[in-house]
Amino acid sequence: MRSACVHRKLDGADTEGEYTLLRNRVSKMAAATAAGAMLMAAAACGGSDSTTSESTTGASAPAAAAVKVGLAYDIGGRGDGSFNDAAAAGLDKAVTELKVEKKELEATQGETDAQKEERLRLLASGGYNPVIAVGFAYSVPLGKVAKEFPDTKFAIVDDPVAAPNISNLLFAEEQGSFLVGAAAALKSKSGNIGFVGGVDVPLIHKFQAGYEAGAKAVKPDIKIQSKYLTQPPDFGGFGDPAKGKTAAEGMFDAGADIVYQAAGGSGGGVFDAAKAAKGLAIGVDSDQGALPAYSGVKDVIMTSMIKKVDVAVFDFLQHYVSNTVKEGPTIYDLKAGGVDYSVTGGQLDDIKSQLDDYKQKIISGEITVPSS
Amino acid sequence: MSTFVDRLLGRVKLSGWLALVAPLLAVLFAVVITSVVLLATGKAPLETFQALAQYGSQPRTMAVIVNTGTEYYISALAVAIGFRMNLFNIGVDGQYRLAAVVAAGVGGAALLPGVLNIILIVVVAVVVGALWAAIAGLLRVTRGVSEVISTIMLNSIATGIGSWLVTNHFGVLRGNELATKEIPGDSRVPGMALIPGTQLQVTGFIVLALVLGVAYYVLLNRTRFGFELRATGQSETAAVASGISVKKMIVITMVVSGVVAGLIGMPELLGASYKYSTNFPTGLGFTGIAIALLGRNNAVGMAIGALLWSFLDNSSDTLQLLDISKEIVAIMQGVIVLSVIIAYELVHRYRIVAEQRRVSRELATPQQAEGAAA
Repeated sequence: MRSACVHRKLDGADTEGEYTLLRNRVSKMAAATAAGAMLMAAAACGGSDSTTSESTTGASAPAAAAVKVGLAYDIGGRGDGSFNDAAAAGLDKAVTELKVEKKELEATQGETDAQKEERLRLLASGGYNPVIAVGFAYSVPLGKVAKEFPDTKFAIVDDPVAAPNISNLLFAEEQGSFLVGAAAALKSKSGNIGFVGGVDVPLIHKFQAGYEAGAKAVKPDIKIQSKYLTQPPDFGGFGDPAKGKTAAEGMFDAGADIVYQAAGGSGGGVFDAAKAAKGLAIGVDSDQGALPAYSGVKDVIMTSMIKKVDVAVFDFLQHYVSNTVKEGPTIYDLKAGGVDYSVTGGQLDDIKSQLDDYKQKIISGEITVPSS
Repeated sequence: MSTFVDRLLGRVKLSGWLALVAPLLAVLFAVVITSVVLLATGKAPLETFQALAQYGSQPRTMAVIVNTGTEYYISALAVAIGFRMNLFNIGVDGQYRLAAVVAAGVGGAALLPGVLNIILIVVVAVVVGALWAAIAGLLRVTRGVSEVISTIMLNSIATGIGSWLVTNHFGVLRGNELATKEIPGDSRVPGMALIPGTQLQVTGFIVLALVLGVAYYVLLNRTRFGFELRATGQSETAAVASGISVKKMIVITMVVSGVVAGLIGMPELLGASYKYSTNFPTGLGFTGIAIALLGRNNAVGMAIGALLWSFLDNSSDTLQLLDISKEIVAIMQGVIVLSVIIAYELVHRYRIVAEQRRVSRELATPQQAEGAAA
């Protein structure tokens, strides 16, 4: 080791330079990581004070009369302004209206199935019942944990994994997307529209397929540009507004005048691009035109494809409280009111009757919307 | 003055002792910093660490920690091989993921039965990892492209290729999950019930990790290749002067690093999920960089680092039951790495100064030195 030091000292200028560069890079990286983590933690800690004030602390608390709901989020967690937030809204509603207690656990990017499994097990073994898993990523882990806790009721959003104690909350995203696709085609002046998907995964393919089918039902020769922001297993495309903005800018530049985004947290960038290009955009999951977070761009949000995860989560909890839980799949489609388009802002008032025609045809089965 | 320097120099072993104490101090320092953050957010630090320790010491959690730690350790080894030669292989992440995709696709096709299929899968993973890493090595020696830049870019390309392979060739759609075909039951690597009190088995790949750890030590410290690798890392000019082909060493080192990187995904692929899906763990290559830094490229140090890292990662969920953000462990991890680097840098500088003083002292009293030589 001694000689190593002498060698280092005698190194050529290049190597020494590289060595320093390398060390600097590492230190910077570590510093950035630490600083970022601190900010995140500070924000999260601050938030958790207010959001979980009604819950008991610790898994060791004796089973109270109140129902203790455990909920495991997908990556992004509470505050993603999209999918997870919709689940959180349903849970919050249940806390106020059904007087249940809640405990929320968040996921880490890039974790293994085993780690997801332990998260669900932690909730189930801590006496939380029912336990809700948000997102199809929990599919395999939930299948295993549900077997171990036959007396606990589980629910999973977006996945068909089957067990006697699992309720599957599934959505017909393609049906809602069909309607906003039809709306885009009816409203487009250039005959050129766009679709921005967050991550190139089968779930998002359903949004794209429905959107394209809806647009083509109105105007068979319409030009549709499609782009996915990232490829799995890189799920960054659900949380990168800059990527969303670049992709949408490209579409507006290439002649599109309306862009639909199914990109979670990246969607904000699509709205910004639409505003800059004096075009229009279509929101997703929540009625994004009505969200305070998007108040600055609400005039470009023509409509939103609403996926009512909040309703599904609340329904499930209500059934649990009244002891009428339905195991197996519950499909939230147009018929059940699980997906829909929003009319906030009134931009669709002139075509609403046409869209409702399509809606009725889908509900009656006259139109079958492809899901891939 | 000289007695003071003498005393310091007389404790060369103290440096070795310091080398051991430095990481411990770093961990302690991280605990202090984390406590401050916890206090600032109105949480009780003691309660937090107790909860971490309590959850982490349950048999079941211990098994999970060992399993995750095994992957972390292999990743750290892959990174460390490059580090020892001043090669910053950031591409371990892309190498293991691409290797896992191709291996999962080949393995899922079940071309061979039983154990033969396992061997085929591992060989494919190793070859893909090695080839992918070799690209960065070849770019460096032929075009002078920094491996830092090229491996980052190759990570991105690996993600794209992997996704294309799964979507267009290997993938089977099940629900909302797109994954390769499952590897058949007779070609899986069984776990071992090592930890009493839990049914959860420890991955069979822990044996591979241990073998790799020993091989790493032997290769670097007991072979000519290892000597040449370390020599090149310490001084390229000196290496050239002693007849070592630096270009050859760069390519070979990248390939060896890629070989080990190819194995990172194997515990998950052959021992846990049996397929490559959108849920396949990502970022293990970057965790490996942190652990290699933490363990100072030392085979044992990295093993401890991997377990510590895994403990923090796997125990963090329990904090959320106490309404403490799980990101608190990210702060700990960040501070640990930072303080280890700083601590070692201080030790390193101290050694250089000490060495300089020793040399100047010997030059000042040549007769003594001659006497010592005689």
